[in-house]
Amino acid sequence: MAGSSVSVDISQAMAVAPVSAGDWLIVAPSILTLLGGSLCLMTRKNTQAQPKIGLIFMVLLVAANIGLLARVLDKGVITMVMGNWLPPFGIAFTADALGVTLSTIASIVALCAAIYGSATIDNTGRRYGFYPFLLLLMTGVSGAFLTGDVFNLYVWFEVLLISSYGLLVLGNDRPQLDGSVKYGILNLIGTNLFLIATGLLYGMFGTLNMADLATKVAALENGASGTLATIAALYLLAFAMKAAAFPVNFWLPASYHTPNIVVSAVFAGLLTKVGVYALIRVFVLILPGSRAYMADLIALVAMGTMLSGAMGALAQGEVRRILGYLVIAGIGSMLAGVAVGSTLAISGAIFYAVHSIIVMTALYMAAGVMMLMGGSYRLRELGGLYQASPAFAAVFLVLGFAVSGLPPFSGFWPKVMLVDAALGDGRNWLAGVILLSGFLTTLAVGRIWIFAFWRGGPEGTADGTSTVRISPIGQLGSASFWLPIGILTALVVYFGLQPEWMLQVVSRGASGVVEPLGYVRSVFGGL
Amino acid sequence: METGLSILIGLFFTVSVYLMLSKELVRMLLGIAILGNAVNLLIFTAGRLTREVPPLIPEDLYTPAVQTANPLPQALVLTAIVISFSFLAFLLVLAFRAYQELGTDDANEMRVAEPADEQAPPQGY
Repeated sequence: MAGSSVSVDISQAMAVAPVSAGDWLIVAPSILTLLGGSLCLMTRKNTQAQPKIGLIFMVLLVAANIGLLARVLDKGVITMVMGNWLPPFGIAFTADALGVTLSTIASIVALCAAIYGSATIDNTGRRYGFYPFLLLLMTGVSGAFLTGDVFNLYVWFEVLLISSYGLLVLGNDRPQLDGSVKYGILNLIGTNLFLIATGLLYGMFGTLNMADLATKVAALENGASGTLATIAALYLLAFAMKAAAFPVNFWLPASYHTPNIVVSAVFAGLLTKVGVYALIRVFVLILPGSRAYMADLIALVAMGTMLSGAMGALAQGEVRRILGYLVIAGIGSMLAGVAVGSTLAISGAIFYAVHSIIVMTALYMAAGVMMLMGGSYRLRELGGLYQASPAFAAVFLVLGFAVSGLPPFSGFWPKVMLVDAALGDGRNWLAGVILLSGFLTTLAVGRIWIFAFWRGGPEGTADGTSTVRISPIGQLGSASFWLPIGILTALVVYFGLQPEWMLQVVSRGASGVVEPLGYVRSVFGGL
Repeated sequence: METGLSILIGLFFTVSVYLMLSKELVRMLLGIAILGNAVNLLIFTAGRLTREVPPLIPEDLYTPAVQTANPLPQALVLTAIVISFSFLAFLLVLAFRAYQELGTDDANEMRVAEPADEQAPPQGY
């Protein structure tokens, strides 16, 4: 226990220098979305103004994140403390390359969702608060990516969770209520496990500041590894539930296909990745010893997640549910990176998270367009979409290649890094399963493409004839559909063809958590 | 005092796990409520338990004169209580709505989102 036994020079704990103006950028993402969300709530009956306010604040959020990313890449890790109390007393917000990269990509995806939502969310959905919930969800997501305190991470998790409940039941259909009950209860239990582990960690070290914990745990050597391993196991279970890792992943395919498609898209892109982010943060930065101790277990979990996700996708006949399983398969690849734990592997996991945020959101949005064109989400009832729009078929094929990890799109590079890292670590089985899950994913996505796009019409019609059900692309002329899918597909292609910049950023992010000296220095000011 | 509270926390965890293994929603939610209280007590006990000494610092000192209760876990617990209470309230309303719409509070019979008789996916390519 810190406190009475350790002598602390309290006079040093009061910061006197004011926070420099640029460092306020760290809290800007959370504050902007909180403001925007409140403003939307206040004007929630004005359904015409809702999308405009939402879009303005999403653009501001993206701008703030890009500014923060530029500053972090320029100056290294930056820290801001609340109320001028120096850490570990004050709550620290710490932005490093890992957190800022993910928060920037998340904000771009949320902007796309706000654009897409302006076309698919009707007046009722707006009145019941789609935009406030979306903005407040981003408050939680940005806060979770940028905080430097474990308890604060828990609080941001709750902020995003309560907003996600609101989004999930928006519309009040019977399947939605069913899915929300399962999602809600499972996630609340996961959060409580997270809190148990945090309480035990506090009891052991007397601090919850991440940089302080990293130093204190490293100083402990192997003295109390049993207790630490217990805490780490609790964290693993809690974050595995959040990230939908095998075997605690069944709530995701039960709930993600029920809400409005744009809500599914945001969830598939963001929520599970926050769980993976927390896992990387806690296991690699704070508890590296326990990560090494449990590496085999994490590798098994990763292989189970990849295989159950890819095979689950093959066993589904509905586009949204196939995509739900593909989200799970992607989580397995990121866990494989955590299991190996080298800088290369963590870089691969972060790159995969970036790729997965973009591509899963884009795929769900594309599924929404398929529904509008073909009138169904079921593979048996879809067909002939290639004739209706060859361009859209090409976009879907690009996204399908990307999610399967085929070159030349964004899924290829992280897979190469993860396979390379796994082979370098002597985990040949893990590398094999990564490749196998990519192959099974290709089959699952290929089936969507062949059935929905390539064949002439739905099941029961003569092949090669288009049916009346196909609406031509012209009726979907609104830019609200094509702009977000276009932006995300462009990113997928860009990161596939020009990966150098992203490779640099993610390797900085990974080396920042594997060797946290810079992180600790930033929080404690040149320790 | 720590021993007594630890036993109480263990009891709370046992009861909550038992209730959460039930298939009826209301029992599950009761289990979650008790789980939340167990976690709060755990954080509270993981800090320092001291009786009857207010955590006040005399004017001329930087640290308290005698050992006092640690105020930080109390702040943490306060946050956690507010959050778990609001979530429980939300989930109770959600469970009630689900009961109204689905006509059951048995988790095994809630098959609207994942129907049991779902069509198999198309075979082959």
